[in-house]
Amino acid sequence: MSITESSESAFTEEEDSFNTRYSLWIKEALDELPHSFTITDPFISGHPIVFASPGFLKMSGYSREEVIGRNGRAFQGPKTNRRSIMEIREAIREERPIQLSLLNYRKSGSPFWMLFHMSPVFAKTDGKVIHFVAVQVPISGRGHHRKVRNGSGLTGDVSDRSELVFGSCRREVRLGNFVHQSRALPVECDEQGLEKWEHCEASESEKLRAGEAINSVLSILMRYSELSGRLVCGKRHCLRGAECLSSSLVISLGRIKQSFVLTNPCLPDMPIVYASDAFLTLTGYKRQEVLGQNCRFLSGVDTDSSVLYEMKDCILKGQSCTVQILNYRKDKSTFWNLLHISPVRNASGKTAYFVGVQVEASCRGTESKEVRPETRQLSVVGAVRVAVRSSFMVTC
Amino acid sequence: MLKIKRVPTVVSNYQKDEAADESVGCGRNCLGACCINGARLPLYACKKLEKSGAGEKLVISHETREPPVAFLESLVLGEWEDRFQRGLFRYDVTACETKVIPGKYGFVAQLNEGRHLKKRPTEFRIDKVLQSFDGNKFNFTKVGQEELLFQFEAGEDGEVQFFPCMPVDAENSPSVVAINVSPIEYGHVLLIPRVLDCLPQRIDHKSLLLALHMAAEAANPYFRLGYNSLGAFATINHLHFQAYYLAMPFPLEKAPSKKMVTTVNCVKISEVLNYPVRSLLFEGGKSMQDLSDTVSDACVFLQNNNIPFNILISDSGRQIFVMPQCYAEKQALGEVSPEVLETQVNPAVWEISGHMVLKRKEDYEGASEENAWRLLAEASLSEERFKEVNDLIFEAIGCNKQEKELEEPTVHQQNHSGSVNQKSNRTHGGPITNGTASECLVRQ
Repeated sequence: MSITESSESAFTEEEDSFNTRYSLWIKEALDELPHSFTITDPFISGHPIVFASPGFLKMSGYSREEVIGRNGRAFQGPKTNRRSIMEIREAIREERPIQLSLLNYRKSGSPFWMLFHMSPVFAKTDGKVIHFVAVQVPISGRGHHRKVRNGSGLTGDVSDRSELVFGSCRREVRLGNFVHQSRALPVECDEQGLEKWEHCEASESEKLRAGEAINSVLSILMRYSELSGRLVCGKRHCLRGAECLSSSLVISLGRIKQSFVLTNPCLPDMPIVYASDAFLTLTGYKRQEVLGQNCRFLSGVDTDSSVLYEMKDCILKGQSCTVQILNYRKDKSTFWNLLHISPVRNASGKTAYFVGVQVEASCRGTESKEVRPETRQLSVVGAVRVAVRSSFMVTC
Repeated sequence: MLKIKRVPTVVSNYQKDEAADESVGCGRNCLGACCINGARLPLYACKKLEKSGAGEKLVISHETREPPVAFLESLVLGEWEDRFQRGLFRYDVTACETKVIPGKYGFVAQLNEGRHLKKRPTEFRIDKVLQSFDGNKFNFTKVGQEELLFQFEAGEDGEVQFFPCMPVDAENSPSVVAINVSPIEYGHVLLIPRVLDCLPQRIDHKSLLLALHMAAEAANPYFRLGYNSLGAFATINHLHFQAYYLAMPFPLEKAPSKKMVTTVNCVKISEVLNYPVRSLLFEGGKSMQDLSDTVSDACVFLQNNNIPFNILISDSGRQIFVMPQCYAEKQALGEVSPEVLETQVNPAVWEISGHMVLKRKEDYEGASEENAWRLLAEASLSEERFKEVNDLIFEAIGCNKQEKELEEPTVHQQNHSGSVNQKSNRTHGGPITNGTASECLVRQ
């Protein structure tokens, strides 16, 4: 698997994320909005940005190519409040809106305070999260007239927060102990200085503006989904169906880089409900081609039916097993699959999925500096168990 | 002498009732002198410590995607799953029902009826936080080698070093990661620093730093490490930290906090607010070493002053909570309310963090925020005592609490000597200012 291959396929996925859901010209319509916002797709591994508005690009200093495919965390930096990061992570996990002040970084490395307002976008039919829209309203600080101390001990009004950073830089230089850290901001050691990084409250009008921006983005998304017939909305209208996974579960599963699928034994014919990027690379199929299918499409004329029977038996007994099985790729080429299957329980202790982890037999001879292939395979099972168990613990 | 009776947690399959535990002639592949020769285990040596905290943080913040499962994480999960499928655990923890208790704090409740069965209550002395190691009692040199997952060390190199099959060098007393056969969540392991040195349960600078290393290398905010001192529900007097995965924030992590002081090394110490157990939060610092040393200084003070406490290492080692507590003492004196006692829940680090493991179905089904709060509140120091302890801690680590009230900005001279003090029984912190304007007080 080459890097170019995987990034290429990711790029198409980001395009698809929009094109399959909305009618033509959606991007042009979004481009006309004056707001700074991004749209992310939790169902693509890495939860990347699939759209960034001209306002966002201007504010952050990045080009569109540099932003698409990246995760929102790329704009956070050393002074970004850890607690705020946790709160955003939580909102994503619970698929709910959130509004908070956040310190982000421009391409130039200069930090700025903004009001971050994020909201999920749901499919009207099955309640599945389609995207997250995140609006960024810069916090002016004007009207607050905070008294801020600068390095010389004088007090003054500072409205541009990026000034502040350089102010502290200069102090470090003055003290003669400024160490040049490539692009890194000097660690703010001054007690008052630390406080300024901790919180910056947005004004009521900024909060209002963020809410309005979210609404205008949502209304465009809704309008263009109507035209395509695959409706989205800003509020969940029905409970998520059994066949679709929560976005938080998909984000957690997306961190696992090996080839694996999840199948749901409670649905007829035990279809695949999740397939990792590496699985798609290994087998040559596209995600849409495998979701909803039973795994038997991997078998072919030379596949040993007694192995298939053995697998079926284990699944019926709810046990785990490891088999070696001849599988077929989309292009009909074959490979020996060292397949491990395990039942995976949800938070109530019931078997919710089976995980199947594929290791191509020829790839087994790894160098001695690696974790044993068997351990790597089992680590996927472990990571899936952790992700599934907690994704069912959300109270909503 | 204060004692309480409680059912000890079985962390190893080789942990028999104490009485029956004497002289286990071997043949069970333990870590004792009898079996250690020829023993092999994977060895994970983590990256060398960053001297500058800023560099470390920048690397983390410039990931472009959700970070993939880190190497250490896959090692822990893979080896744990292997022991799970080999049937080494006393029960399948993923079959234990668990839920978030409705309410604004989000306490997590788990029904675990199997964890405490088949054990007789044992007497624990709870009025001495420091007790010497007793080789006759159960300790981790007696566990079977199959319960060990790997050796873990703080590396000398800029890169992670991994050796899948490394002889165990008894002379150097490796730190090891072992399974807890009574897990409270998936991936429940024990980090045992320098296992063959037989250290008692007592915080030292080097060991806490090792635990922080593990948190940082696992690189997953949902993998935390915890520590219980004696008197705060540690059951085994052999130095160990615990860790496991729970992919949601703990209520303690979500609680707001208010800054109290900042040390000269930029370690910020805050008081946790609106939480049933009064706790301190340590974060920041110019390096992980600074953060670790400041927490160690505080903990050394607590244990030397016989104050039981728990530690939670959160956010991949960036945040450390220290919770002094007095539940066991109250219990021994008969001051804990009977309804709380009846649940038999011991408020150790995980419970205090908000993850409640309940033994009775009725407690699980009736679990409410009020009940959880009431239980945890029993463990907390009183407001008065907490203040007093804080002042003593700040004094011990050389921090002056009045600092924050100063109107004039303080100027702190950074210490760039880069020397790393790893003496394990240091009782004083790094340089601390109690500054007036442009005055700089540096002590080391």
